[in-house]
Amino acid sequence: MLFTSYAFVGFLALVLLGYYLVPGRWQWPLLLAASYGFYFAASPYYLLFILVTTASTWVVSGRLSALTAEQQAYLAANGQLSREEKKTYRARIKKRKWAWLLACLILNIGILSVTKYTNFVIRNISHLVGGGLKPVDMIVPMGISFYTFQTMGYIIDVYRGKQQAQPNFFKLALFVSFFPQLVQGPISRYGQLAPTLFSPHRFEEKTFSFGLMRILWGYFKKVVLADRILAGVNTLVRDPAYTGAYVFVAMLFYAFELYCDFTGGIDITIGIGEAMGIRLPENFDLPYFSKNIKEYWNRWHITMGTWFTDYIFYPISVCAPMLRLSKWSREHLGQQVGKRVTVYLSSFVVWLATGIWHGAAWNFVVWGLANYVVIMISQELEPLYERFHRRFAVRGKAPYEIFQVVRTILLMSMIRMFDCYRDVPLTFAMVGSMFTRFDPGIFADGSLLQIGLSGADYLVLAVGFAVVLGVSLFKLKRGSVRQALYQKPAGVFYGTMALLLVCTVVFGAYGAGYDSAQFIYNQF
Amino acid sequence: MKGKRWLAALLTAAVTVGVLYAAQRLLVPKYQRGIVEGSMVEEYYRETVDHDVLFIGDCEVYENFSPITLWEDYGISSYIRGSAQQLVWQSYYLLEDTLRYETPKVVVFNVLALKFNEPQNEAYNRMSIDGMRWSMSKVRNILASMTEQEHFVEYVFPLLRYHDRWSDLKHDDVAHWFGKDLVTHAGYYMRVDVEPELGFPDPQPLADYTLGDKAMDYLQRMTDLCREKGIELVLIKAPTEYPHWYEQWDQQVADFARENGVPYINYIPLQGDIGLDMAQDTYDAGLHLNTQGAEKMAAYFGAYLKENYDLPDRRDDPVYAAAWQEKTDAYERMKKQQYDELAQYGQLVSFGANAIEE
Amino acid sequence: MDELLEILRSLHPDVDFAESDRLVDDKILDSFDIVTIVAEIYDVFGVAVPAEEIVPANFNSAEALYALVERLEDE
Repeated sequence: MLFTSYAFVGFLALVLLGYYLVPGRWQWPLLLAASYGFYFAASPYYLLFILVTTASTWVVSGRLSALTAEQQAYLAANGQLSREEKKTYRARIKKRKWAWLLACLILNIGILSVTKYTNFVIRNISHLVGGGLKPVDMIVPMGISFYTFQTMGYIIDVYRGKQQAQPNFFKLALFVSFFPQLVQGPISRYGQLAPTLFSPHRFEEKTFSFGLMRILWGYFKKVVLADRILAGVNTLVRDPAYTGAYVFVAMLFYAFELYCDFTGGIDITIGIGEAMGIRLPENFDLPYFSKNIKEYWNRWHITMGTWFTDYIFYPISVCAPMLRLSKWSREHLGQQVGKRVTVYLSSFVVWLATGIWHGAAWNFVVWGLANYVVIMISQELEPLYERFHRRFAVRGKAPYEIFQVVRTILLMSMIRMFDCYRDVPLTFAMVGSMFTRFDPGIFADGSLLQIGLSGADYLVLAVGFAVVLGVSLFKLKRGSVRQALYQKPAGVFYGTMALLLVCTVVFGAYGAGYDSAQFIYNQF
Repeated sequence: MKGKRWLAALLTAAVTVGVLYAAQRLLVPKYQRGIVEGSMVEEYYRETVDHDVLFIGDCEVYENFSPITLWEDYGISSYIRGSAQQLVWQSYYLLEDTLRYETPKVVVFNVLALKFNEPQNEAYNRMSIDGMRWSMSKVRNILASMTEQEHFVEYVFPLLRYHDRWSDLKHDDVAHWFGKDLVTHAGYYMRVDVEPELGFPDPQPLADYTLGDKAMDYLQRMTDLCREKGIELVLIKAPTEYPHWYEQWDQQVADFARENGVPYINYIPLQGDIGLDMAQDTYDAGLHLNTQGAEKMAAYFGAYLKENYDLPDRRDDPVYAAAWQEKTDAYERMKKQQYDELAQYGQLVSFGANAIEE
Repeated sequence: MDELLEILRSLHPDVDFAESDRLVDDKILDSFDIVTIVAEIYDVFGVAVPAEEIVPANFNSAEALYALVERLEDE
């Protein structure tokens, strides 16, 4: 059930209606039922996977918090123990906890890896041995990357003692499977999501209509803009004959498409939560206004970034071998190198993992590493920038900031081209052609009307782009658009919602399309 | 304050529904010229008098029989509920639908559609079904007709299906936003032009000549429904020869008719008796009859009806007479317009493919 | 404490670490800085800061960081 299917819209309407009709204590169980229904509708097999993850996490989190409690009780009851004895005891408990955690991680990351990457591995081995290996028929459960990460974040937090384990299996099951975030995130932290997820909510006009407005805004971006420009993107990236300036166009179109699709989807997700009084974490913070790549990655797909930072980057950076390596490097390779060892190594692992996480293909690996390289280069250039900024007082000046923003968008969009083309060599060739064979003639001679987008499409896209830009600028300078609208007479607020709805229904790029030639009676 | 917000919300909702409705009316195809087949089904609901004879089927009824002739020659009040490539179940559900309003004495079904056992084409589905008023018959019709890519909800809200036409609106869409002109004459699609038949390619042999079970099942249901309502069912095969009507199919229908005690007449061998001259009586090289042919066909078929069924002559009934006078006038007007165009341009310009708005 | 401030200053010479108490919240320290700090703390104090202690509360000010180091030394 895609967000943009009729079935989902109907399903959502029923869930929202039901949510406020049942008594408060039945609200979260209703959501669990709805989430499992959502998953079941996609495929009954998927439920099996999500149940394994839920059950294993439930068991292990129970063990972990029992061990934590045991430790606390023991230490409290045995105050007379020496520091050494306490340390030994703690270490022993920690070892047992670690064993449980590791088992849980191996099982769940294992399932994720096997379902998602088996065929990738088979294809590569087959390539190495000269072919002949057949890919296997593998179920890849919907949203498995997201719910696995979310659940593993939870179990690590329980392990670290940051999070109390949820004793109620069904509540944990809802945390794992909450349907709006199943397909594309955001990756919630248990501590942030749980309070509003399980508490009863009474219908409030403001909360509900804010949620609804956000849902509509999400659909507008996704259906009217992303899905419309997609036709052009697909034409351009599927045919390698579109070189030079076409690649540039594809790059910008794809940047816009991805932004509208992803932020639109997240708006729908967060809006659904909001309409039910449930707070989901923000996943985007106007990423295309970032002034450098590092900032961009702090503002784009935020929950994934912080997940990787908290659960991969930090643990790797501060593990004993890494600390020893860092110390050794300082002593033997000098301060300058030694200082960088940790950051360089850990970031490398994180970006490799990020690339692989995005998809089982070399394109994504290269994409991840390209991000890594650019971030490291800009990290090294930072002192240079600092000096430049001190010398010329450009920092904070609008033209310079616009330059920085545009530079970041172009750079990110270029790296992202690895998403688009069939394989890595082709991507290099195509991006290269953008610099060697740029023919600006295509912007004037109507070529852009031949790529699956009509004049009417461009009109909608241009207006849509202006609206998205306007809303973003408002958010940047003045804050919440919805809040501002809410302060106006009620008719303005609801009128905006109605306008979004009508525009989405009429100008959305969905359905079979209308080709009047089909309707000519020409059978006989 | 709280109450005011609610009121604003309700008002906005009401206005939104109104806007969406207007948008829907604007954006659905109007089928007023060129392609008029999409208007046929809905025109039935504008009828003011009942009908003693109801034709159901595809183009082989709505282009081959002229109800005006049946009226003028025999005083038979009849109507054709046909549409483009109307499938058997669509005919069945249109019969059910018609029975909600009246009970004709005779129902005539043209059997060509029995060759289709599966939903065929989304566009023809829409042209056949969109015009129906809502009832369980329509719901079942949709469910039986949908191709794989179709969605039920797009029938409920046609806006969802036709929203893309915003960039493709024609003059007719505005002119007929909230009101359409009649395009048929009691369901008959008029064409007076002539394009002689020049023979057809030899029919391809088929792997399997068995008529599909779904199609035959609906034929059975149609037969049963007529029997239950005391309606006489007549199965016919129109006299046009293309698409080819295989002997094996003919035999199966004949067998069905015999088993169920209903008449079945294949008019292909009777072209001579009818007086059809396929060099003169067709507008598209023999696929369909033109008006001259349809009038001959109606005159011939009317005699059969009169002879075999107890059909009243309604010409003395002032209500019927007035209603049919109006139809006859419209029929003659359109006929004159078409002949004038033929005389002036050598072809029709406001009808058929030439009239499709670019 | 002075050693700690020295570590911090070498990362961002222009920040007054003795005064600020929103180092993480205000994004003065990013994740790269934090792991560098942890590595240097290990180097200077011989204390390994475990991943679960990397929370804003512990890195928001030089004082909080110093308290963390003392607590870890103690354990």
